[in-house]
Amino acid sequence: MLERTLVQAVRDALYEEMERDDRVCVLGQDVGLKGGVFKATEGLQQRFGAQRVMDMPLAESSIAAVAQGLALEGFVPVAEMQFADYSYPAFNQIVNEIAKVRYRSNGDFSCPLVIRAPTGGGVRGALYHSQSPEAFYCHVPGLKVVLPSTPADAKGLLKAAIRDPDPIIFLEPKKLYRAERQDLAQGEAALQPLGAAAVVRQGAHLTAVTYGYMRAVTMQAAARLSPDGIEVEIIDLRTLRPWDVETCVRSIEQTGRVAVVYEANRTGGFGAEIAAELAERCFASLDAPVSRIASPDVPAMPFSPSLEHAFMLNPDKVADGLRRLARY
Amino acid sequence: MPEAKPLTPERVLEAYRTVLRARALDDRRFVLNRAGKLAFIISPRGHEVAQVAAITALQPGRDRFCLYYRNFAAALACGFTPEELMLAAFARAADPSSGGRQTPGNFGSRRRGIVIGSSTVGPQIPKAAGIGLALKWKGEGALCYVSFGEGATSQGDFHEGLNFAALHRCPVIFFCENNHWAISVPQSLQVAGPGVAERAAAYGIPGTRVPGDDFFAVHATVAKAAERARSGGGPTLIEAEVLRLQSHSTDDDQRAYRDPVELAAEALKDPIPRLRDALLQRGWLSPEIDQTMRDDVNREVERATEVAEAAPEPEPGSLGHHVYADA
Ligand SMILES: Cc1ncc(C[n+]2csc(CCOP(=O)(O)OP(=O)(O)O)c2C)c(N)n1
Repeated sequence: MLERTLVQAVRDALYEEMERDDRVCVLGQDVGLKGGVFKATEGLQQRFGAQRVMDMPLAESSIAAVAQGLALEGFVPVAEMQFADYSYPAFNQIVNEIAKVRYRSNGDFSCPLVIRAPTGGGVRGALYHSQSPEAFYCHVPGLKVVLPSTPADAKGLLKAAIRDPDPIIFLEPKKLYRAERQDLAQGEAALQPLGAAAVVRQGAHLTAVTYGYMRAVTMQAAARLSPDGIEVEIIDLRTLRPWDVETCVRSIEQTGRVAVVYEANRTGGFGAEIAAELAERCFASLDAPVSRIASPDVPAMPFSPSLEHAFMLNPDKVADGLRRLARY
Repeated sequence: MPEAKPLTPERVLEAYRTVLRARALDDRRFVLNRAGKLAFIISPRGHEVAQVAAITALQPGRDRFCLYYRNFAAALACGFTPEELMLAAFARAADPSSGGRQTPGNFGSRRRGIVIGSSTVGPQIPKAAGIGLALKWKGEGALCYVSFGEGATSQGDFHEGLNFAALHRCPVIFFCENNHWAISVPQSLQVAGPGVAERAAAYGIPGTRVPGDDFFAVHATVAKAAERARSGGGPTLIEAEVLRLQSHSTDDDQRAYRDPVELAAEALKDPIPRLRDALLQRGWLSPEIDQTMRDDVNREVERATEVAEAAPEPEPGSLGHHVYADA
């Protein structure tokens, strides 16, 4: 067992999978000697060489396209987008090409690859280093979207993503990269299945469905409600597409109330989809409208600390939202 | 390194037959379109000789091909049959490229090394660079051929693809079919600078312009690029100048934006008679053999049409198949 942060867990997953399967390769900007701007690929080039750990030109569309070309030829590329915000120049390659290869070819071609990107805010990154683009990618059939919130999940889910036959967008909450350390299992024991949510706090009065950095914020918010006799059950989705509807439904059937807590802009965020699905599935069990606790509809947090604070959800804001729901 | 197959008279005649097949298919598709049986056609008319000459210099079965939507003749040269292309035209379940999911012209066949195409302009260019990288890693001497129009060279993906392939000396042949029009936009409003071939210099790779109606010139240019790619020399950019003898597609009418005098002049420069004359001159073809080939090809296309028209459509229940590996 090794105490590892989330970013170290990502690196361990890459290391182990590259050791296990020599078709696995890593490509992206600064992933080589520097080991990535967040150090997620640190030491990999020294261990596996400049071919399997390749510094790419500063051109996201070609990063996605080259990864796709490698995947079509039987390699297993893990491409890094330096920030999720910068995956947009590669958007066409991801949603029109990679996501649809299998469907367009009636199953003749497949494109198993992983695109990793640090996501979300709260690190003074401002507009272009703080966005939460998961809704864009979750909208696209053919892609799977994973967004872990703990070192163990990051490691286990990334290993599973690398072994998965479909293309995967793997979003890593950068705010959590160094937030906590966990003892991590190694090898096969570390694997986590895609598409399975985790009930990370039990509670009888309301259900909070969340993912990524918001898991930690919602946990703190729940702790504030506890003294008032409001017990919040918290579900960390861990995978957004496919997401684990059943675990959420089971919980809501017990609690009768649900809030979706997500860091992205409120309108059209993936939380809106979760809310709609749960409203449809759980209507008969609900004692209150499904509510969304999300970030405001401005283009991600500005640089100034006061504006960043105004944008970000925090335990106070989430506790307020949950309390309102409990009292409805 | 296996040698490229020499250009024997037999191979040239086979290529000529492929050119005739492409034209006969095209003629037939337009008839079917006017009869309301085919919805949408993109014609290779004017590009056929360049396409077949290029593929004839390569090794289908060994090399990879990222074709674009105007590559009907190239697809035939890569091994697609007229029947298969008709199945795609009718969007039948047995269309080998996509089972009737994509518009005809998005060719794909894994066993033939033809990488499934898409309707977007340009994304196949950096993809081909990635495939080239993989082929280089595999070290089997295979190369990746990617084709596109001159309009596609305005896309960022063109520049990203050339840059990457040049940086890593990927075995890629970038083949631009320059018909001087991107729908209604002429080259002069699309491509800054003298043309496409010159752009290669910026990436430190060879760039060649070649008349696309000259079978032998195109073949020699592609063969040279192939030799360079297979021996580790890296990519080449080729610009074949061709004519667009039809409108962009059946949704377009080029008479609305092109000079009628120019159109009439171009119609007289159809590359197929030129190839036929070259073969007659060399004594590789006689008018009788030419006629026999045309009759054969027409019968083939007729049969392909009958089979394709009678073939079943995709099952509605298959709509959700192949979104993910397990469905
Ligand atoms: C990214 C993108 N934008 C627009 C279109 C619509 N479109 C299809 S073909 C075409 C013109 C392409 O011209 P060119 O690359 O010169 O090839 P040609 O059709 O002349 O062979 C356009 C604009 C598209 N398919 N993809």
